[in-house]
Amino acid sequence: MAANETSPAPRGAPDGKKARDRAAEFLLRRHRFRLAESLPWLIAIAVYFLFPDRLTFGSQVLIMILFALSLDMILGYAGIVTLGHAAFFGVGAYTVGLMAYHWGWSEPISGLFAAAIIAAIVGFISGWFLLRYHGLTLLMLTLATAIMILETGNFRSDITGGYDGLPGLIFDPIFGVFDYDLYGHTNYVYSLVVLAILFYFVRRIVYSPFGQALTGIRENVGRMHATGSPVHMRLVTAYTIAAAIAGMAGALFTQTNAYVTLTVFDFELSAEVMVMLILGGTGRLYGAFAGAAVYMVLEDHLSKLSPTFWQFGIGLLLLVTVLFARRGILGLVEDLAHIRFGRFGEHMPSLPRPAAWTCEQWRGLGIAALDGALIGLVVGFAVNLDRAELLLSWFTDYPLSVIAWAGCGALVVVAINVVYYMFTSRPAVEGRSR
Amino acid sequence: MPQIANIAVSILFDGLAYAMFLFITSVGLSVTMGLMGFVNLAHGAFAMAGGYFVVSLTRSYGVDFIPSLIIAAVLAALVSVRFERRLYRRFYRAGELDQVLLTIGLAFMAIATFTYFYGPIPKSVPLPDWLRGDVNLGFRNFPTYRAFVIVLGAVLVAVLWYAFERTSIGAKIRAAVDNRRMAESVGINVDRLFTLTFALGSALAALGGGLAIQLFGLTPYFAVLYLVLFLIVVSVGGLGSLQGTLLAALVLGVVDTGGKYLISEAGGFFIYVMTVIILLIKPAGFYGRE
Repeated sequence: MAANETSPAPRGAPDGKKARDRAAEFLLRRHRFRLAESLPWLIAIAVYFLFPDRLTFGSQVLIMILFALSLDMILGYAGIVTLGHAAFFGVGAYTVGLMAYHWGWSEPISGLFAAAIIAAIVGFISGWFLLRYHGLTLLMLTLATAIMILETGNFRSDITGGYDGLPGLIFDPIFGVFDYDLYGHTNYVYSLVVLAILFYFVRRIVYSPFGQALTGIRENVGRMHATGSPVHMRLVTAYTIAAAIAGMAGALFTQTNAYVTLTVFDFELSAEVMVMLILGGTGRLYGAFAGAAVYMVLEDHLSKLSPTFWQFGIGLLLLVTVLFARRGILGLVEDLAHIRFGRFGEHMPSLPRPAAWTCEQWRGLGIAALDGALIGLVVGFAVNLDRAELLLSWFTDYPLSVIAWAGCGALVVVAINVVYYMFTSRPAVEGRSR
Repeated sequence: MPQIANIAVSILFDGLAYAMFLFITSVGLSVTMGLMGFVNLAHGAFAMAGGYFVVSLTRSYGVDFIPSLIIAAVLAALVSVRFERRLYRRFYRAGELDQVLLTIGLAFMAIATFTYFYGPIPKSVPLPDWLRGDVNLGFRNFPTYRAFVIVLGAVLVAVLWYAFERTSIGAKIRAAVDNRRMAESVGINVDRLFTLTFALGSALAALGGGLAIQLFGLTPYFAVLYLVLFLIVVSVGGLGSLQGTLLAALVLGVVDTGGKYLISEAGGFFIYVMTVIILLIKPAGFYGRE
């Protein structure tokens, strides 16, 4: 890292090379294009040829990738925890929508820029005020700001169309040449090109000294203040850029769907994009790609099965990610690569197998069983009457059901715990110190 | 003139009932957040679960409304303690992003589970006769149920105030909110204290959820729909402060009700504007510590 500049050369460093040179070399090498980076783009191009009839969905995935990428800039790199990022997506989406609906401005490229500018203005103003705060206050302020914009839109539903939205928007062909088609071929290519350009832009920012300063703010604000870094200005700049990119993602959303409703401001969207990013891995450029793609494909399949299952699935995904894979899918891939290529133990904590079960583990298992029984009881209690037909009858017979449910819950939890203890004896999560 | 006075009284009365609901439900969240700095977005899920416990108890097991409220609160407390011990405990020292993700995940899972078992349609419960209809307070009639919520809220405020200010456990909680390390070093078991307040907070949330059934209707989305309001009450009032939570609940309850009465199209606009303004001026809330 850049901090090496002043620190003495660590042991084992090759002789004759000063720390300064090595740091410079690292910084020069760091942003060089790596071969593996072409993979997501090759996949995106392959999808165009392999699934020509699913490209409408494909362009939605690309838009969400762009949206998640903008969140990664502020959440992953600058460490700003926001619950209202959908505000900028919505502002962008409505800029394009309103311009097309009321003024008949249907040229897409200029619309995209207009959306970016308006979203950037909103991002700059809100960021200027909000980014002085942190913790719960910041969470609440970002959330409240997003809802405020939503409620304003709802208040003036004569202009915005409210929750019914602005239907039947028509946009000009891109560059006056490429018209939209039923299968979304143009949309897909259009989204992909916009994503590629903006990704290059974000990549440049992340690897610039400015990006380095953002990471510094995330890791240690006090120290950045001490080095004289204009922390607030840096954060506001990053927030504004992220808002502009999110606004462009929103504009693409409106243009490719040809309609927009107030749901683009919803808290659910803010939460969803955060889940995507976390799932892929924060603070890494391609986390947004992996997360958004996996999330959208899963959603596409599972929500067809049952929206309720899918919602449970999101929750479970979040829980599992936070508990076991905090660095996201890409972090997992990295860990696996380390095992595969013989550098086991460098990144991964080793997994000791306990020789014998200690008293404490037995006790833990007992408590776990009681927990399972309690969960079983609660579930049984809820099921007993309302959805009895769904389950085996002896699970719903009143006196027997209590025991049956408790027993089943206990068994399930014990089984999970046995499997878990077989692989590891460490706690699932080490608390990070603040 | 009497017309205006009438509307003002209605707004005050409904706003007060709403405020009491907000207070009952979010006071536990405020204290647990103040104690551990833990952002618990699953608090609304406990309230929602409490509401559905009441629905099941009254409609399926034939328990009366009032006893079922109490049973639901106890059940929610039991369940929440297990969640606290098993899951939350690991995240006290984690970043708030981790806490947000964990608890949002739990809330989603709870919504899905309850949608599966109870369906997405709003539920209602049979009320006892003495809670139905109107009550005459001399100059006009008020819905009995809302009056009941207000009275119950007032009683709870008094009880909680006494417990907080006059008992040794209350003193310990206040000490731990003020300075956790100091409290630990004089021998207060903050961990156990936290489990206790967590259970109590969840019980109160479940009670609030039970009361909400007849006020707003209960759907599984209750868990996130009102969560924003609870969080606003908590952050505007100041973490870990009883009087702050009460003040915030009263202000927000009355302003929101008034806004919805007078300019119904604006919806919840006013409370969000107010929240932003208050937090910009006082980032730690009314009674919070900077």
